[in-house]
Amino acid sequence: ISAVTSTDKMSASEGTKNTNTEPWGGFDDNIIIQGSGSAVIDMENMDDTSGSSFEDMGEMHQRMKEEEEVAEEDGGEEEDGGEDGEFLGMKGLKGQLGRQVADEVWQAGKRQASKAFNLYANIDILRPYFDVEPVQVRNRLIESMVPLRMINFPQKIAGELYGPMMLVFTLVAILLHGMKTSGTVIREGTLMGTAIGTCFGYWLGTSSFIYFLAYLCSAQITMLQMLSLLGYGLFGHCVVLFVTYNVHFHSLFYILWLVIGGLSTLRMVAVLISRTVGQTPRLLLCGTLAALHMLFLLYLHFAYHRIVEGILDTLEGANVPPIQRVARDLPNVASAVMNATVKSVAVLVHSQ
Amino acid sequence: VGAADFAGLSDVSIAEDIPVEGDITVPLSSHGVDDEVSTLDEPVKDTILRDLRAVGQKFVHVMYPKESSALLRDWDLWGPLLLCVSLALMLQGSAADNQNDSGPQFAEVFVIIWFGSIIITLNSKLLGGTISFFQSLCVLGYCILPLTVAMLVCRLVLLGSAGSVSFIIRLVVVTASFCWSTFASTAFLADSQPPNRKALVVYPVFLFYFVIGWMILTFSPSH
Repeated sequence: ISAVTSTDKMSASEGTKNTNTEPWGGFDDNIIIQGSGSAVIDMENMDDTSGSSFEDMGEMHQRMKEEEEVAEEDGGEEEDGGEDGEFLGMKGLKGQLGRQVADEVWQAGKRQASKAFNLYANIDILRPYFDVEPVQVRNRLIESMVPLRMINFPQKIAGELYGPMMLVFTLVAILLHGMKTSGTVIREGTLMGTAIGTCFGYWLGTSSFIYFLAYLCSAQITMLQMLSLLGYGLFGHCVVLFVTYNVHFHSLFYILWLVIGGLSTLRMVAVLISRTVGQTPRLLLCGTLAALHMLFLLYLHFAYHRIVEGILDTLEGANVPPIQRVARDLPNVASAVMNATVKSVAVLVHSQ
Repeated sequence: VGAADFAGLSDVSIAEDIPVEGDITVPLSSHGVDDEVSTLDEPVKDTILRDLRAVGQKFVHVMYPKESSALLRDWDLWGPLLLCVSLALMLQGSAADNQNDSGPQFAEVFVIIWFGSIIITLNSKLLGGTISFFQSLCVLGYCILPLTVAMLVCRLVLLGSAGSVSFIIRLVVVTASFCWSTFASTAFLADSQPPNRKALVVYPVFLFYFVIGWMILTFSPSH
């Protein structure tokens, strides 16, 4: 049995020797085998082909084939020697080998899976984008409302994701609050799902779209910078919605929409202009961004807030205002009028 | 080459009439095997009582957040699950009766709590925290305890009256428990961060408990 194990190891090392064609010896797979228990990945020993599953499948297949050949040889030699031997002995040996092979395949699969997981799902990929100080975040929040004057040379955009992500989550919380106080009914889906989907969809979708347009207009901006820029631009949205979801004045909303929404849009537009050449590309890019940004704020206010007016009207009780602000009150008014008419007609009929 | 090696070793005689069976794998640590055998054989009552006692002990640590090692060292997720399920059950209004959802559904609360915790954990790890994934989940889950107590109190207050007095009482209770939750979890989580970045970790925790506290405050049972 120990013979089988040592042969396995030898076949494994032979396998690696076969696949390594480099003259300088190549990577020794045994080091990876021994170090697979540790959590630290030694990047030096990472095979060039380790990311490609095609190569790994080929290597594993070859290893399995060699193990099968060795097993066949074992079985063949034993069979030649002991044909009269006990049947149980034969089966016992083969069962043992079968388990061994299965164990090896499982180990190989686990190794491959953990290698792939450590390579792709490694959280350290995102770590540099979260390397900020609180003072920096605060400064960038304030700067996002201040439009720049100098558009002659490219403005620096900080490539961080902490601020934008926190702003999107804050917007989700504010939106949830607005939907709750206005009693919005979501038929298919949940309130939380709608809020998260709207905010994240806007942030990621608009960033990608503007990045694509920037690529067409040959503007100098990367995806990360676009995500960061648009994320910080949502700060104005958060402020406006926080105020207007609690204080229900339409004129106040319009003023805030123009002033605060306009300021943050102007800031983003200025940054984009400083990174684009040519009048038409600038117009296209900045016009699209301005339109989308302002319209999003308008949408967030009106789509999730209209019902508040209906509630206010019904809360006022007997003095129904003569001008119906919300169309959905019309059926109620119509039915009330009808009831009153019918009753008055009935009274008239009874009185006669 | 393989065949030659095998032939060289074949002088090790394996008797052909004795079936060869056995376990080749080397046990990593016999201590672990012994532990598993002993806790498998004990009666279920002992296991449940032991786990409940551990959960209760952690509840005490959350209510008086002075000692910060017990929660982190032996973390478990039973307590957070209990708290999450009870909070979600209490927050579920009778939404089946009326047309508009007056209360969040069970699944919504569950998802908010667990995904919020996961996102906060990822955030604190990305900011350079030394705490592990499940330890952070454990801490955040256990610190929902004050908010669950506040939910109980709110439910009892709402049984009495639903006027503005009860609203003020509920507001005070929920605000106090929300501050307690944030303070308790900060006491555990912020130790693992570099000192100048504590505010970056505290803000998502603040937002998370704020959303839960606001869900509790705006809960109105419909009869």
